[in-house]
Amino acid sequence: MKKIFTRPEALKDAPNHYCPGCGHGIAHRLIAEIVDETGIRERVIGVAPVGCAVVAYDYWNFDCSEAAHGRALAVATAIKRLRPQNIVFTYQGDGDLAAIGTNETIHAANRGENLTVIFINNAIYGMTGGQMAPTTLVGQKTATTPSGREGKGHGYPLKISEILSLLPGVCYVERVSFQDPQHVLKAKAAIKQAFLNQIKGQGFSLVEILSPCPTYWGMSPKDALDWTRDVMQKEFPLGKIK
Amino acid sequence: MAKVIINRERCKGCFLCVSVCPKRLIKKGSKLNKRGSNFVEIDPAGVCVGCARCAIICPDCCIEVYK
Amino acid sequence: MSEKRILMSGNEAIAEGAIRAGCAFYAGYPITPQNELIAYMAKNMPKAGRVFIQAESELAAINMVYGASAAGFRAMTSSSSPGISLKQEGISYISGAQLPAIIVNIMRGGPGLGNIAPAQSDYFQATRGGGHGDYRLIVLAPASVQEAYDLTREGFALADKYRIAVMILGDGVLGQMMEPVTLAGKNAGKPLPKRWALTGCKDRKPNVVKSFFMAEGGLEKANLDLQKKYKIIEKKEKRYEGLFLKDAELILVAYGTTARIAKNALFRLRGKGRKVGLIRPISLWPFPADAFRMPGRKARYLTVEMSYGQMVEDVKLSSGCAEVDFLGRSGGGIPGEEEIVNKVNRMMI
Repeated sequence: MKKIFTRPEALKDAPNHYCPGCGHGIAHRLIAEIVDETGIRERVIGVAPVGCAVVAYDYWNFDCSEAAHGRALAVATAIKRLRPQNIVFTYQGDGDLAAIGTNETIHAANRGENLTVIFINNAIYGMTGGQMAPTTLVGQKTATTPSGREGKGHGYPLKISEILSLLPGVCYVERVSFQDPQHVLKAKAAIKQAFLNQIKGQGFSLVEILSPCPTYWGMSPKDALDWTRDVMQKEFPLGKIK
Repeated sequence: MAKVIINRERCKGCFLCVSVCPKRLIKKGSKLNKRGSNFVEIDPAGVCVGCARCAIICPDCCIEVYK
Repeated sequence: MSEKRILMSGNEAIAEGAIRAGCAFYAGYPITPQNELIAYMAKNMPKAGRVFIQAESELAAINMVYGASAAGFRAMTSSSSPGISLKQEGISYISGAQLPAIIVNIMRGGPGLGNIAPAQSDYFQATRGGGHGDYRLIVLAPASVQEAYDLTREGFALADKYRIAVMILGDGVLGQMMEPVTLAGKNAGKPLPKRWALTGCKDRKPNVVKSFFMAEGGLEKANLDLQKKYKIIEKKEKRYEGLFLKDAELILVAYGTTARIAKNALFRLRGKGRKVGLIRPISLWPFPADAFRMPGRKARYLTVEMSYGQMVEDVKLSSGCAEVDFLGRSGGGIPGEEEIVNKVNRMMI
């Protein structure tokens, strides 16, 4: 019998700390699969965020740097400029990329840095206990919007991918989801594209993943996947943005 | 026939694999693993088609598929 | 290496010193009075095949330096007081991750936006760490353009040797005044091999650069490692200039620009027979405590600063004197030679 699905070499054989049904585990694995498939494990450098994925480097089997909250793209910019032969990517949540790090995000994109960005949008702050994220939906209840987010006053869900797509320095932006296995495979194809763009020197590429947070959405893992499909996508439609 | 192997100790019991198996061969098990999760089990009598949908959706990389 | 003397500003000398020390990466954000430095880097880093980035903010600049250093390269950023406050986040992370880096602070008046006049009121911030956590920077305070060049080069060697951030602490006068410089001096050394750097994990286990230690006891161990390193630096890397200390009954203590003024006052006072000496700390951390602990000395101390006495505490702690006199101005004024002479004359009646 032939193995047709197994752990990629770029993912360490270690249990992760994520809650049951969390999308981070899927995203980590897809990146590792692509690193293996493109043969870059020995030259890839990942930059981990602050948020639930802060110790992503404990799970990936390649070189990684920590970055201060929101600063992953500043750190990655310098690494890539100095080591253009290495493949450098950042892995960032919605708070990291689109709230505290908006400045670093927009300017790295605007400079057209030849980087790959994996953006996990789960519409919530998971690590700190379920507070409002920049991408929290209007009406969504969080620890800091107990009556639901209101656009005026709390702000509307920030469509950072659409904003970035307007910049001439940006090469590729696509929004994907983990709602079912077919969509996970589509997400993988998009992430692979974002890595291949860098390998070919084509510039800033970002993949936004609508990723489930069952714990702070207060749902079962299955219901959380369905919520990304039935509710989140009304605000954040899937597809290639640029 | 294909075969699915589940790493019981790694399983957190999110049951996403249960929801995506086209043959409904994966079920919530009756036992707990060391981490206290109700791990999933595969029906040994069922005919697995090796589609790997369970492995693709598994957030903990605890499913291997052979064909 | 060329021995010819050329006329440069302090800001330019720091920039040239960095380039000649093998600085591979510079990121900065414009702020007065250090704009000549970033402009010099913009012009000359690309010529030398190095990377220059005008960052979108001070935060981005210091975090770029973090990335550059993590990738195994010599890296520098520069700014002035308000910008250095912004950089404190990154400096803390650099310290926690034990990354070598050079941070230049050409101080201006504060607090807040203050003004653009020279000042020395970031002494506490520089010598006590500055950001969150238990850490130190090596702080070097040049008093001439030549020394700005030399200490920058030396700073790179120290940063590599100890895996520590080194701050070059100057002020607006030093940054902008022109003096002749010999572009040689002490060697900054070849960058040391950095086995911890991020290069891609070919033929080795993956490297991780981080300052996050969640496992029980992990952070305490990391902090104790830092403390051990700081003890060695305290022992080995203290630097100062001493003048007329043997028979001095009153010792002026000043660094950077104010040390130049104090030195002029000292020579005038010596000319009048006053037994005055000078201690000019060159390393502000580690503070050159030894200079204050000469057996049998019975001198009084007068610190002269462009701040309201931030260095006085260190002089008290080092000398063991409960009373240390102070002369200083901050917010635009510079303590003058005349003021120092008058103050000393009053003290020595």
